[in-house]
Parts: sequence; C-alpha cells; structure tokens
Amino acid sequence: MINLAARDVAHGFGRYLATAVGLGLLIGVTLTMAGVYRGMSDDARAFLRATGTDVWVVQQHTLGPFAEASTLHDDTWRAIRALPGVSEVGNATFLTTQVRHGERWVRVMVLGFEPGRPGEPGYLVEGRPVARSHYEAVADVLTGFQVGERVRIRRNEYTVVGLTRRMVNQAGDPMMFIPLRDAQEAQFLKDNEAIVNERNRLAANPRINRPGVPGLLDTISEALTSNNNVNAVLVRVAPGAEPVEVAANIKRWKHLQAFSTAEMEDILVGTVIERAAKQIGLFLLILAFVSIAIVAFIIYTMTLGKLKEIAVLKLIGTRDRTIAAMILQEALGLGLIGFLIGRIAATLWGPVFPRYVLLLVEDTARGFVITMLACVLASMVGIRMALRVDPAEAIGG
Amino acid sequence: MAEPAIVLQGLVKRYGEGATAVEALKGVDMAVYPGEVVGLVGPSGSGKTTLLKCLGAVIEPTAGRMVLGSETIYEDGWKVRDLRALRRDRIGFIFQAPYLIPFLDATDNVALLPMLAGQADGAARTRALEILGALDVVHRAAARIPELSGGEQQRVSIARALANKPPIVLADEPTAPLDSERALTVVRILNQLATEYRTAIIVVTHDEKIIPTFKRIYRIRDGRTVEEAGEGRPLH
Repeated sequence: MINLAARDVAHGFGRYLATAVGLGLLIGVTLTMAGVYRGMSDDARAFLRATGTDVWVVQQHTLGPFAEASTLHDDTWRAIRALPGVSEVGNATFLTTQVRHGERWVRVMVLGFEPGRPGEPGYLVEGRPVARSHYEAVADVLTGFQVGERVRIRRNEYTVVGLTRRMVNQAGDPMMFIPLRDAQEAQFLKDNEAIVNERNRLAANPRINRPGVPGLLDTISEALTSNNNVNAVLVRVAPGAEPVEVAANIKRWKHLQAFSTAEMEDILVGTVIERAAKQIGLFLLILAFVSIAIVAFIIYTMTLGKLKEIAVLKLIGTRDRTIAAMILQEALGLGLIGFLIGRIAATLWGPVFPRYVLLLVEDTARGFVITMLACVLASMVGIRMALRVDPAEAIGG
Repeated sequence: MAEPAIVLQGLVKRYGEGATAVEALKGVDMAVYPGEVVGLVGPSGSGKTTLLKCLGAVIEPTAGRMVLGSETIYEDGWKVRDLRALRRDRIGFIFQAPYLIPFLDATDNVALLPMLAGQADGAARTRALEILGALDVVHRAAARIPELSGGEQQRVSIARALANKPPIVLADEPTAPLDSERALTVVRILNQLATEYRTAIIVVTHDEKIIPTFKRIYRIRDGRTVEEAGEGRPLH
C-alpha cells in the first residue's frame, strides 16, 4: 500500500522542511530553557563539589553561608576537629565581588581557603596550586584570566598561579581561590580613610578614651580593625563515617549548624535558585503549550489545503483510518524532524549562552516523548476536520 | 437484452422535513445496461447532482429502489453495510475537474484503488499501467500530476475510475473544462471503454457539444426523468 503521508511530504518537501525548521527552533528554545535550569542546578552542585567538603558547619540557626549570612570565629575549627568521625577541617570565607580583567569587569566569587585543607580547588587544568600564604590566586577559566596575570581584589593584587574549570557558584559566577587571611582582609577590613575616621571617632569618645586607662583606646581600635571571622568551617569526614551523623553530632554538641553536602545541595537548589527554577519552569510550560498550538495550527493548515483530495479519497473508498494515519504520520514526521533540528540547535547555541546550559540525555528523551505526544494531540485537530469532510463534496464542482 | 447494470425505480430524495421540505428527486426511473454510455441531461437545479450522489451511494435516497447488477442495494434503506467498499469496488467516479491526488504520480493515482481494495502493490501497478496504456497516457505514467496537461489529467482520472473494473461509472460533467475536440475525444474514450470493459457509464452533462453523441438520454426536469432516444451521432 502506498504511504500517502510520505508521498505528500515528498511532494511539498521544501515547505514541510521549512515548517519543521521553524518548529525545531522553537523546540530548541524549549530544550535550552530546560538546559539553563539544569545548568543552574549543576552550577550549584559544582560549587559544592569544588570544595571537596562532606559537612558544612555554619552559624547556629542559619542556613549559611549561601542562603543566609553566617559568621564563625576562625578558631571554631579546633573544637570540631576533636569530634569523632572528623578527618580534616578548614576555614572558608565567601565573597562575591567584581574584578577588572583588561577592559571588562568580571563578577567572581572569591573563596578564602587554607592551602592543604578542605576548600582548596579540586583540580587544576593549568599552573600550580597556591603555595604562598599571600597574594596568589587560582581562578576558574571562565574568569578569562591566564596563569601569570595579575588581578586586583579590593585593596590587594594577586598573581594567578593556576586555573581550574567548572567551579562556579549557584549564580554561575566563576570562582577565584585565594589564601584565607587575604580573603578575610578583603571581606572584613575597611579602607584606610574609614579606619582613620573610625580611630578619630573612638578617640573623641570620652567613654573609650578615658583618662587614667592607658591602652584601652588602642585595644578597642585594634579589635575593631582586625578580623578573626570566617563564614563556614568545611569538614571532611574520616573513612567509614557518615556525613549526616557527623553533622548531627556537631549540631548537638557545639551550638552550631551543620549540613551534609547533600543537605547543602537541597538548600541551594531548593531555596537559593528556587524562584529562578520556577520561572524557567513556567517558561517551559508556556513554550510547550505554544509548541502544541503551533503544531496543531500547522497540521490544521496542511489538512485544510487537502480537503478536496480528502473528499475524493473518501469517495473512492479510502478508509478513515488510512486518512487519519496520513495526517498523524505527517504530524509525527514534523515533530521528529523538528526535534532533531531543535536538539542540534540547542547543542550549537548552548555554549554561546552566558550561563551554563546542561542538556541531559533524560531531558532530551523526555522532550522527545512530549514533542511526539504534542504532535499526536495536535494532529487530532486535523484528523477531526478530515473525518468530517463529506465525500459528496467531490461531486458537483 | 442483457441484465441492466443499474436500475432505479421510483427513486425519491427529499431534503428537510415538514413545510420546508424540498423534494429534489420525485420518483426517478432509470435502467442502464453494460457497455452503454447514457447521457443524463437537464438544466441547473433539475436534480442531476442529487441523482448522481444517490447513484454513487454518497447520499441516501428517501424512498424507491436501486439495483446494482442483480443485487438490491437500496430499498427503504441501504441494503449494503459498507458503502465505502461499494463505492470503491463497484462504482467508478469521473469528476468535472480531474481531482487527482497531486502528491502521487499518474500510475499510483490509478493503482491506489486496487490497492485500497486489497490488491498487492505490484498487481495494482500492472493494472494501472494496462489502463493507462488503453487510454494512451502510459508514456506519462511516472509523471507527477502538475506536470500533466489538462487532457492527460482527465485521462488519468478516467483510468482511475476504471481501475477496479466497476460495473458502473458515473461521470460528472467530464468535458466541462475541455474544448470541443478534447471533449469529443473523452466521449470517444468513454464509449470505447464501455464496450471494452462492459461498463455502464452515466454521463451527467449539459454540454451541447456531446449531447448529440449519446444513443440514449435521460432528461431530468423538476426531479423526474424522461427517457429519450439520442442522436447517436458518430464520433470521428
């Protein structure tokens, strides 16, 4: 039996292909939106993985350090280190800032870490790790910096000694790793004018600059201009220890909040990027409906152009299911070609997007099934119209 | 005389009900024999198209009787369950415009009918080529429909109507878009095929060029038919 759909498509292949390309670009946009959402989640996870941490210890009653602010003393780690199941601990500070690279500003997340402890970048693609205790940095390749280049973070300049990859925060900003002391200074210390003003203000305060109490002003002034805070203590558990149990132990005995990396992922994905994810989800839904509407309209128009032929086919004895199969096959073909074009387009333009676009195989499979179902649904409009065509319309001019 | 290919007795077709009802056919009697080409003529609005649709099992008559060969197909309701199969296997249609399927070539337009009837693709195409040969268009068998001239398209349309060797062919104004010469050629072909395939052909027309060629005419006026002897002018 002749495949009517294949013949009809071959007859007007140019128009059919052009329609499929249009649909494909729409599907490409839909897939890209899904990829942006996946990329956002993956960025958040990549950031957590980048630190090589099993348990995140933060200020009590907070969801820090990303969802909420968290401040800990930088000697808190000593008490944590003594708990059972804890193998390594490291202080960390996090600071989002803008750095200048040539003519452009780059938004980065600066992570202050202690070399050799949790928080260090997992791997390098070029250069070497931070070896000196000051003014060296490891940057993600997305920052655009090269090994040997210098970067200014707040008041100090750092030499980029190594490059790493796929280490970005949940907002997609690339990371820059610098020694903890430098990061603390960058995060908490004020500029020189502010320090001078603060000192003058303290000296003018009679309750602080009291006669007969030598050294009080200097002590308070020093305390206000030095910093011993960090945002989190990163813990690596001992072999065989469960991060969840270690976290529970820290919470119970140390009046701190502790999260396993899995819990921290949930916080990041569930709270920090939740709204963005919902927005993208809504876009996806709208795009899906628009795609279905467009396929339905295309199939409707294609059927509309064949009403006389369908009337003749029915008059000469073609079964309804043969006509329905023709319309359905054309719709599915449109979906198949459109989906392939869309997937290729999404793959090609994905890297151009400023944020990471992660096209997962399961999303592709899900998208394919939805596209095919949408085509089946859309073809119903055309099939319904075709089945209502009266064969008598072929007679009588 | 042989048994008629189709017989109509007191065929009535009424549209609507009550005071607004319109009786398009008011008791049509007709008998057409195998191998015969009969003209069905009449002015616009006389009921020609309605009669053709009833003959083609496309619309249901209101009353009367239709016998196809020796089988009663209508008498107070259809006696055949699958009208689509009836149309496919036992009635051929030739339209005013060829109405060929534009995305099939000439051969497949003709072969489609035997295929729909269950014939194997190869056999259906062989049959199609045979009829296209009989109609002198076999050299255009592989051509797409838009590549064919008007006359060639009409021949392919005739070939399609005859593809399943139906006992009856209904031709609806088959010469309307053609000039005199081509119109007469079509009538010649219809006569030749009617004789060759023993098919009864009913030609609905008001084309004055071809009416004199029929040996028998049914003139329809106000929903009733009157049988007349035609001139039977020879076709050159």
